[in-house]
Amino acid sequence: MDDVAIIGIGLHPFGRTDGLSGQAQGAYAVREALADAGVPWEAVGVAYGGSQDAGNADALANLLGLTGIPFVNVANGCATGGSALASVIAAIRSGMAEIGVAVGFDKHPRGAFNPRPADWGLEDWYGQTGLMLTTQFFALKTRRYLHEHGISEDALVRVAQRAYRNGARNPQAWRRRELSFDEIAQSMPVNLPLRKYMFCNPAEGGAALVLCSARAARRYAGKAVLVKAAVVRTRHHGSFEVFSPSLAAHQAPAPTVTASHAAFEQAGVGPGDIDVIQLQDTDSGSELIHMAENGFCAHGEQERLLREGATEIGGRLPINTDGGCLANGEPVGASGLRQVVEICRQLRQEAGARQVPGRPRLGYTHVYGAPGVSAVTILQAG
Amino acid sequence: MHSLEHPKLACGHLVQFRSDGPSLLGSRCRRCDELYFPAARSCTRCSGNDLEAWPLGSEGLLWSWTIQGYLPKAPYDSGETDADFTPYGVGYVEMPSGIKVESRLTVADPAALRIGMRMALTLEPYRVAPDGEPIFTYAFAPALPAAA
Ligand SMILES: [Zn+2]
Repeated sequence: MDDVAIIGIGLHPFGRTDGLSGQAQGAYAVREALADAGVPWEAVGVAYGGSQDAGNADALANLLGLTGIPFVNVANGCATGGSALASVIAAIRSGMAEIGVAVGFDKHPRGAFNPRPADWGLEDWYGQTGLMLTTQFFALKTRRYLHEHGISEDALVRVAQRAYRNGARNPQAWRRRELSFDEIAQSMPVNLPLRKYMFCNPAEGGAALVLCSARAARRYAGKAVLVKAAVVRTRHHGSFEVFSPSLAAHQAPAPTVTASHAAFEQAGVGPGDIDVIQLQDTDSGSELIHMAENGFCAHGEQERLLREGATEIGGRLPINTDGGCLANGEPVGASGLRQVVEICRQLRQEAGARQVPGRPRLGYTHVYGAPGVSAVTILQAG
Repeated sequence: MHSLEHPKLACGHLVQFRSDGPSLLGSRCRRCDELYFPAARSCTRCSGNDLEAWPLGSEGLLWSWTIQGYLPKAPYDSGETDADFTPYGVGYVEMPSGIKVESRLTVADPAALRIGMRMALTLEPYRVAPDGEPIFTYAFAPALPAAA
């Protein structure tokens, strides 16, 4: 299969930007990415994008120009960005267009999300009686995982501590203040064992990528990053997912495990070859679980790796160098593409104070969204 | 105390009343034996669609738990406000067949909950209807004193 390259990256800073709509933040990110690639909007032949709460992505054309391109709206929860990216890659590989754009953006009401049961194929009582909360799922999955693999709650604190430490080095992050172990460990119990500073917050922002075939990449101004794999997978019967009134007697692996396997196979590399990693960290527990589900360590090994500093920017497994969701917040539509933007910056040696040393060559991104969608990419320096 | 014999339930179809008390009702796939709660119309394991009602019982072991520490937004309808919200327990209870059922817990004290403890089904009022009658939901309570 023909390789596809990312030739432009763009980001509207995450956080809260009063007075600017989610769509405006998405259009800002697209303009940044186009400028980075040296490509005018008129040259873009296909676009995929989405947001959860900020309207339709194809409305961005009202701000960017009505050129008549196929612009498809994507709605895959937290995996929206990853799904948009995989769709653009497929379109370019098929010959449908030479240049494509993937974009994600969002602007959420404050506080936790409040999904409606019927939208998820569930009955009203599930929401009415107080069981339909994503934060509960993360806590229940984390509690069981810590129990099964002998991990202490200290590991949850260390994940958050590193996220805020890295966020403090990222001028585009939302939370840029380092937090002490005790500040995190003693913060408000939200859904024990997870506390306030172990959860990300709904936020605002936009992220965009410009892509073309790797063969054509040298015609454009941007520094090409090769996409070696981009895989989206959904849940299997028996996996432990968000919004599950019950779990099957026999458990199956999470969609992350199957997406990760497929991506490594597609790219022809293994977890040991990856130099810089982005993992979905809606909360500390999720990141901990995702370290193993993506193949970067054995179940139960996480606590030692965190304590030894292996996941720090200078460590063997640098994870969420930009501060991840914990420091950036989560505009659902934009989150997965922010991860890709960060890996591109790392592979282009443009990550400034948070640059991973030693010229990283291979990067990895992973998002997980309700009700059990995982998207993984493997990227290579051009 | 209100009678548990004819309570108003938020989820009446999930609970069966037997002589020894309430019991959970789910369904079973006739083709592959997989169990579902609440009752399902089709089987996500074998893609079959021939299911029958199936009793899941009223006792199990606590498989995982958390405590809901903040007032959920709608569609939660307990009628509480931030000022009078009381945190509540939530868990998965592993039933004898192996299926794990998500449920409210009657206990919201971290010191009183541990994975593997025996739990028994009960009904718990979680809101009051406009006519003043309490509305119940199913919940699990520790089956033995929680003291470790
Ligand atoms: Zn079946």
